[in-house]
Amino acid sequence: MTFERVAITEKAAAIVRKLKDEHGDLIFHQSGGCCDGSAPMIFEKEDMYLDDSDILLGQLEGVNYYMNEEQFEYWKHTHLTVDITEGRGSSFSLEIPLGLRFIIHSRILTEEENQALNK
Amino acid sequence: MSYKKPNFKDHYDNFINGKFVAPIGGEYFENHSPIDKSLISKYPRSKKEDINLAVEAANAAKDAWGNTSPTERASLLNKVADIIEANLDEFAAMETCDNGKPIRETVLVDLPLAIDHWRYFAAAIRTEEGSIAELDATTVSTNIKEPLGVVAQIIPWNFPLLMLSWKIPPALAAGNCVILKPAEQTPSTATFLMEKIAEVFPPGVINIVHGFGPEAGKPLASHSGVDKVAFTGETTTGQLIMQYASKNINPVTMELGGKSPNIFFNSVMDEDDAFLDKAIEGAVMFAVNQGEVCTCPSRLLVQEDIYDAFMEKVIARTKAIVQASPYEMTTMMGAQASNDQYEKILSYIKIGKEEGCKVLTGGDAQKLEGELANGYYIQPTILEGHNKMRVFQEEIFGPVLAVTKFKDEAEAIEIANDTLYGLGAGVWTRDAHQLYQIPRAIKAGRVWVNCYHAYPAHAPFGGYKKSGFGRETHLMMLDHYRQNKNMLISYDKNKLGFF
Repeated sequence: MTFERVAITEKAAAIVRKLKDEHGDLIFHQSGGCCDGSAPMIFEKEDMYLDDSDILLGQLEGVNYYMNEEQFEYWKHTHLTVDITEGRGSSFSLEIPLGLRFIIHSRILTEEENQALNK
Repeated sequence: MSYKKPNFKDHYDNFINGKFVAPIGGEYFENHSPIDKSLISKYPRSKKEDINLAVEAANAAKDAWGNTSPTERASLLNKVADIIEANLDEFAAMETCDNGKPIRETVLVDLPLAIDHWRYFAAAIRTEEGSIAELDATTVSTNIKEPLGVVAQIIPWNFPLLMLSWKIPPALAAGNCVILKPAEQTPSTATFLMEKIAEVFPPGVINIVHGFGPEAGKPLASHSGVDKVAFTGETTTGQLIMQYASKNINPVTMELGGKSPNIFFNSVMDEDDAFLDKAIEGAVMFAVNQGEVCTCPSRLLVQEDIYDAFMEKVIARTKAIVQASPYEMTTMMGAQASNDQYEKILSYIKIGKEEGCKVLTGGDAQKLEGELANGYYIQPTILEGHNKMRVFQEEIFGPVLAVTKFKDEAEAIEIANDTLYGLGAGVWTRDAHQLYQIPRAIKAGRVWVNCYHAYPAHAPFGGYKKSGFGRETHLMMLDHYRQNKNMLISYDKNKLGFF
């Protein structure tokens, strides 16, 4: 049995595919705080400088999903599902011109998932 | 007293080189009010070409503007303040319509503060001088402050005109030309301001370009024709902007997120007096601006021996918050700024409950009647839990307070500093020693002591840790918009004798 930290809804997956067609290879980065933060952002793959401090949480529609390790410490007991909603963020995330915004729904990992992923 | 939705034109344009110009691509985006989802107007969906125009205009204007006297610059900044003041009610109603915040905040807080920041930097630049040092009998070192040239500024949607007024006045006072991109959720007051002050500055000194982050914000932040980028927003975008700036070897200032602790020691309840009343209000400050403030005191830390009695009062005060039409002066909390904000906040309340938080009050969306039923309202919510929970660690940017208790000073400091951020903090006590020692132990750029959410000009504001760097609302911001010219002068007529 394999366990995952991140998943994506079909509606959000369709938008990821559309953005890939338009922009090529992409990455997700989970942002921290403030006005438009605490939300997943999607960028062209080469746009953001990543290093060992960015934890790879999983892959959604072929797009790697990263979070900074300091933030990960506080998040690692939760499972994330990327969804999409009508909205207008003010970041550089590529879905914004579509009038859409990725958001996350979270739930606590089950004991079994926690054992497999965090122990 | 009540206000109403102001009248808007069918569409607005960018303000570049002293006049309103349509976006080159001809595209506009619709802007809706979060109060009732009604259409406000259409704004330019600018792209790289529009940014190029603004950068060109600013570069053409920068030498002449940089050579104006501080007297002249100050007088123009004061003129802007007077114009905003003369139109205060109209600006306030527009801001409320665009952002959803209650009119009592825009009238009594956002606008008066915005006006004062223009006047503050007008005054500051007049009092400034460089420095001079006589290094030896014939050598003098002179320091002159020179402007950087062209400054790019990107601001958020939570205090649209106020953030503009934190950013533009110090940059202009220091002798720079600016290109500012307002947030796409709240483009209205920046545009209205340009309509009112179109003639005040020479063309190219202030340029306002609207659009989306990836299409307009990114080309602006990465443009080789700008000399500095000032940003208020969130951490990931902050990192990207710093990367772009690194390509141009440009300085940046960053005001990013926070998860500010508000700490109440047991002495606040020693008396049942005006100060206790003030302290309870201080704990309820999380509801200011619907919690959409970088320094929202979103973590409440209460000493355990007063916890029950103190929280009873905080909950009662929170339940008394009036949520109704943001246009009514009696309304205390308005609408969240957008649908995605609304959805995000509700998802945080849900994860808080799942993590085991106890809901002390609120905990759901707020249903309002009539046209307001379409708006984005959330109940002021208090969640009781512990500091490792996600609702204690992540900036929710909504009216959600996470409360926990602490035993003693050491534990209060430990919890307060157990966060990625360091923007604001509050300390409440009647103990004179704690008044000084606790704020010094907290790793944050602004610690309010026996008060909260005050933002007067001349008190520097900025972050520690992942909350960024730079100090706004103070004359030290002038140096973030300048470079130092050192003239090293010899008064010795004789040669060194080397050659």
